[in-house]
Amino acid sequence: MSLLEVTDLRVSFPTADGVVQAVRGVSFAVEPGQTLGIVGESGSGKTVLTQTLLGLTPGGQVSGTALFNGVNLVDVPHQQMERIRGAEISVIFQDPLTSLHPMYKVGWQISEMIRAHDKSVSKAQATDRAVELLGFVGIPRPRERVHDYPHQFSGGMRQRVMIAMAISLNPKLIIADEPTTALDATVQAQILDLLLRLQQDSDTALLMITHDLGVVADIADEVMVMYAGRAAEKASKRDIFYDEHHPYTKGLLESIPHSSAAGERLIPITGQPPSLINLPSGCKFHPRCAYVMDRCIDEEPALHAVGDAGAHRSACWLPAAALGSGAAAEDLRKRTVEEGRGAGAARVARTIAAAPEAEGSVIA
Amino acid sequence: MTGALSDKAAEAWPTEASVADDVLVRVDNLVKYFPVRGNGLVRRTVANVQAVDGVSLTIPRGKTLGLVGETGCGKSTLARCIAGLIPATSGKVYFEGKDITNLRRRAMQPFRREIQMIFQDPYGSLNPRRRVGAIIGDPFAVHKTASGNERKRAVQDLMERVGLNPEHFNRYPAEFSGGQRQRIGVARALALRPKLIICDEPVSALDVSIQAQVLNLLADLQADFGLSYLFIAHDLEVVRHVSDSVMVMYLGRVAESGSGGQVYTKPRHPYTNALLSAAPAADPDAAAARRRIILTGDVPSPIHPPSGCRFHPRCPKAQELCSEQEPPLEAKAGDPPAHLTACHFPVETGENLADAVSRRAR
Amino acid sequence: MSVTEIQFQTKGMESAPVQVIEGRSQWQLTWRRLRHDKMAIASIIVILLVCAAALIAPLVATWTGHPPNQPFPNTGTNAFGNPVGPGTHHFLLGTDNLGRDLLVRILYGARISLFVGLLTTAIAAVGGVSIGLVAGYFGGLIDTLLARFVDAVLSFPVIVTALALAAVFGASLQIVIGVIAFFSWAGIARIVRGQTLSLKEKEYIEAARSIGANPWRIMFVDILPNLLGPVLVLATLYIPTAVSFEATLSFLGIGIPLPTASWGNILNVANDYYQVAWWYVVFPAAALLMTTLAFNLLGDGIRDAMDPRTERIFAGSQAKRGRRRRTVSPEIAVAAEGS
Repeated sequence: MSLLEVTDLRVSFPTADGVVQAVRGVSFAVEPGQTLGIVGESGSGKTVLTQTLLGLTPGGQVSGTALFNGVNLVDVPHQQMERIRGAEISVIFQDPLTSLHPMYKVGWQISEMIRAHDKSVSKAQATDRAVELLGFVGIPRPRERVHDYPHQFSGGMRQRVMIAMAISLNPKLIIADEPTTALDATVQAQILDLLLRLQQDSDTALLMITHDLGVVADIADEVMVMYAGRAAEKASKRDIFYDEHHPYTKGLLESIPHSSAAGERLIPITGQPPSLINLPSGCKFHPRCAYVMDRCIDEEPALHAVGDAGAHRSACWLPAAALGSGAAAEDLRKRTVEEGRGAGAARVARTIAAAPEAEGSVIA
Repeated sequence: MTGALSDKAAEAWPTEASVADDVLVRVDNLVKYFPVRGNGLVRRTVANVQAVDGVSLTIPRGKTLGLVGETGCGKSTLARCIAGLIPATSGKVYFEGKDITNLRRRAMQPFRREIQMIFQDPYGSLNPRRRVGAIIGDPFAVHKTASGNERKRAVQDLMERVGLNPEHFNRYPAEFSGGQRQRIGVARALALRPKLIICDEPVSALDVSIQAQVLNLLADLQADFGLSYLFIAHDLEVVRHVSDSVMVMYLGRVAESGSGGQVYTKPRHPYTNALLSAAPAADPDAAAARRRIILTGDVPSPIHPPSGCRFHPRCPKAQELCSEQEPPLEAKAGDPPAHLTACHFPVETGENLADAVSRRAR
Repeated sequence: MSVTEIQFQTKGMESAPVQVIEGRSQWQLTWRRLRHDKMAIASIIVILLVCAAALIAPLVATWTGHPPNQPFPNTGTNAFGNPVGPGTHHFLLGTDNLGRDLLVRILYGARISLFVGLLTTAIAAVGGVSIGLVAGYFGGLIDTLLARFVDAVLSFPVIVTALALAAVFGASLQIVIGVIAFFSWAGIARIVRGQTLSLKEKEYIEAARSIGANPWRIMFVDILPNLLGPVLVLATLYIPTAVSFEATLSFLGIGIPLPTASWGNILNVANDYYQVAWWYVVFPAAALLMTTLAFNLLGDGIRDAMDPRTERIFAGSQAKRGRRRRTVSPEIAVAAEGS
């Protein structure tokens, strides 16, 4: 059985301007010891998704289930959630400066967390464990540093402190929300290295939310690409990067500068993510999609299997065999689009092509 | 009119050496220290944040110099010194051969038309209480080059040029997305047709798919208007993509510089090597094959930088000489003259620093 | 026609803003929020009534036939020489100790209060903003000198100064306005200086400098618009201070001199008559209280309306049915949109 099994999770917020549909039916599973990378940009709903799993979205309307070891995180009572948080699921946030309490010593924060979940642990024991944890995450001279305040650490060190806090109770699942976005590249490498090591040692599952495909390429086993509150594509790491199906995934991969294309023009995705209040009809990506067809404007595709193995799923009307960026796949896409594109879709395609940043990635 | 030029004017007169036809900006040994004042009544300077400690560079006309480095390396400070926003402690900045170091506001005014800046934060770099048309029209107003309808036309023209709808002239910044706001910033910088645009992390705060849009826009504008860019970023792949030459900074000094191809394919400085290996690559096979060079420790404080080579405490190849003597920035044996490295023991071809790191760890 | 196609009628998809809100300035948004604040609307109504009262004062005087400064010893005072109560002899609110119509005097007092309140606040605002801006933006020696000056003004004993001036020059309207304005600008200056110090560090100010804007342009074109909001709130809250200040000075006898009616100097004399003429105290005091309260509540309302953090988010239908509004932290809603 999966460690975390989310089924059709939906979250929306009523606001003065309309209902914000932040998450619109997301399902995924995380196995013990595995890393699931959730990739998405602004407006994809990835942060709301994780906040909901932790019960941190007051005022939102939540439906669906999120089974963690049999407990449904969506409607679990408050007290039980507090017990789960920290002990079984812990979180690492993006900005450790604002997530750590500035007025309490770091060692105290860690030991308090330990003692809050287990009253039988004495202060001295908890502090010892804090020192041990700080050492484990790579903070030099932990016995001295345990008495320091958060502002006395650098950004990378603070993130390590957060990780130390996160693993202090040996959780089964760590949710990391953009943990390295605010850090320099070399420090990011250290933190990712640490997370990998942790996984290998204690078989902890990792749910890693990021917008950085490079991070995902490094440490994820499975990847879920989110767009406009839903999964666009879900697959193993290799499938996502080498056999991508969904045009959004394809667009992301093509818009990143990487070594092989130095100096050439990047192929961006035109336009910007949609407003979560006024979503487009049909497939939410169609106003930006190079392969838009008539069907895309009217019907929103469900997540269905593509490729050979059943594990690769994509929410797109393009044929299941059109995978990756090879000539054959591209050909198949072209032919499908030619057949499926009538007046409506043609108009959309022209608008996309007319956008100033269009790069000839449109099939006229 | 006869008579000798005053000293100041003579200094500002372009010398032969500095007016190579294609050098737009030349920086000579720029130093910027920020004083740290004590707490006494008199508040003496007790220490200095050595933000930039002796950097020299040139930017040719129509080309892009990429400035790469991590937090605290001084790249933003350097950029602001070149733009005249912060006074330099010592050193010189030449623009088209003329000395523009620490000029007073009035003297600097004509140069402000030639040197513009694009900022990192698309939300903070635009005044939330002013309309977008007014923001883009600011340069025209300040330099009195166009007013009234003429200005409006020029602004709408700029908006179209950068990919914005000119009808949104009267909107407020809050009504635009991050990528669009960055375009507004670009339009503003472009207004007076400058020769140099300093881009301070212009795409770091944007979504990946939008980054590509803005990068392409910048490339187009460079081609159309012959612009030079000083492009600052921490993302190595972005820098490589846009730059003709690259400069890697560490703790206020230049670690390595050269053309993009030279620095990226044959990095000599251990820090450059570590940076390159740390950069996340969107390619699982490459990521798995690469052996990461994991540096120990954090970037030290620029108030008390390490002696000798500033990188030596974290360097897997450091030896005694490194802590005693600062290595000069020069072309190493076997490198083209433009490829400069500041290292006593540069990395040789085929050498794997990851091994050195693990050796050290033992 | 699908919704998407309608969207594409606009010129280029690139230009469709992420947010649905169209072309609203800070003021429009503030007003939209303010409209829903019942307290604020009530305060605005009261203030409008006070203004109306001040305007129609001469009309009321003509209509009742009782000019404000004219005593009516026969009809206006009773056998003991004391004021008569409300309702007697067409004195709608009664009379004062000299038999003058209290209602008319109160209405004329409203003129004084509003005039003094608004004028002194305007002077204080202009002066305070200018000095605060200059001190905050330039910093250094200028800031030190100006800031110390502001501190000095703030620590001055105001009543004593007013007393001294009244003793030397005789109490008058000009002294009142001068004193109140002089001691009010310093508070505004201090706050504006603080705001300027923090606004000065914003990136768009750096951008303005990089374009070559001179300090004065930056101060008045870039920084000032960002100050207007807080200054408006401040000014709205200063008006009642000025009004009650004037009343205080007049009450002490060093403000508006009689026979000109001011709520304060009415109360000064009413002090001796409260046992026999309750209306003499109650009505002017009520007017004063209502006015200052209304401005205070309006100022609070504007501040809340300008500060998006206190925004209450409610579903349209729930609001109509009058259900208890649930506050959803805007950060979460924004985070939902922005992540």
